[in-house]
Amino acid sequence: MAPPKLQALLEMFDMFPDVADRTSMLLSYADQFREVPVDVATRPFSARHQVPQCESDAYVWGVKAPDNTLQLYFAVENPSGVSAKALAAILDKTLSGTPAREIATVGPEIVERIFRQNISMGKGMGLMSMVQAVQALAKAASANP
Amino acid sequence: MTTPIEQRGYAQPDALVSTDWVEQHLKDPAIRLIESNEDTLLYASGHVPGAVHVDWTSDLNDQLRRDYISREAFEALMSRIGVSSETTVVFYGDKNNWWACYAFWVFQLFGHTKARVMDGGRIKWQKENRSLSRDTPSYAASKYHAKERDDSPIRAYRDDVLAHMKKQGQLVDVRSPEEYTGERMHMPDYPNEGALRGGHIPGAKSVPWARAINPEDGTFKSAAELSQLYCETQKLSPREETIAYCRIGERSSHTWFALKYLLGFEKVRNYDGSWTEWGNSVGVPIEK
Repeated sequence: MAPPKLQALLEMFDMFPDVADRTSMLLSYADQFREVPVDVATRPFSARHQVPQCESDAYVWGVKAPDNTLQLYFAVENPSGVSAKALAAILDKTLSGTPAREIATVGPEIVERIFRQNISMGKGMGLMSMVQAVQALAKAASANP
Repeated sequence: MTTPIEQRGYAQPDALVSTDWVEQHLKDPAIRLIESNEDTLLYASGHVPGAVHVDWTSDLNDQLRRDYISREAFEALMSRIGVSSETTVVFYGDKNNWWACYAFWVFQLFGHTKARVMDGGRIKWQKENRSLSRDTPSYAASKYHAKERDDSPIRAYRDDVLAHMKKQGQLVDVRSPEEYTGERMHMPDYPNEGALRGGHIPGAKSVPWARAINPEDGTFKSAAELSQLYCETQKLSPREETIAYCRIGERSSHTWFALKYLLGFEKVRNYDGSWTEWGNSVGVPIEK
């Protein structure tokens, strides 16, 4: 089971198999994307935070709170990176504020479940890599209490 | 500053239009803008106002066999997007027009020659901060009578390629250098789609498709630069029959467009079976 908010979102997406509905939902999330604030990172962003294999040129940060929860932040530099923005917004809204050890259990298989027909050949690898980057941050954060 | 298309020395400069030209023709009823992307979310996220969406998988490919749509399906597609035989279609899309050129090529199988590509594609339009719309346009259905599909002038099948290779004809492998050498069997950052063997068709010259593009704005390089790339460095002759290939024929559509329309190669075909067919075929020769 994914962390509760993400699990609820996955179940909601499952209820909409139609490609037009999913497109609309994904665009709605993409519209809610908020870039990493300047007090967390400024351009040029460090390559340490760059998501490998992501053609949308995405970056991810994780800031751990004293209660061991993680706040996630993203940047997507490619103006055509709509899918990356949608996924970033989903991960932020459903995982930020969750204990790092729980985020560390989230694997790249959620990408297929969220995007289904909207996953394109090139995008799929990059999006899964985004989830893996979040997972790696969470694992590192939970290993260093 | 991008050099104007008509000053770049192309064989057929009319095959390309600029973003300025498109902006000036947004309301021209004789023009239909067509967006074709790899990313299925992009069109819905905002497109050039008035543009219709043509999806390379669901609209252009037969949904059962590995082939393109029938004449009847093409007529239905053209009717749906309100295109008549007199309409000039202008393609653009993501990835430096990679899929736009693929759609352009499929349209040529049906002889719709009133076709152009917007130079620089979607990324140039966006970088110039031109308007995008989420409104899906609606056009009155047209009556379109397509010619019977004639693949032979621009499409090569495996046996054509085999015969061409045996007579040492010109072949251009437009995949990445790693795919050409057989080091990998898929594009960097893309999944492996199951080719059993890596390498290239014997005699093929390696010219990755994106070298035809100016990376800063996605426009095509000038004829002189393209000639340097294909004719001088790789010794390809515009007068010789040429076959381009990649993985499934999409990247090679882009090179096909550059060779045929921009450099004036006299007979260029696209081998859309490409490596997913050749790399899985029993007994065909492969070079590494």
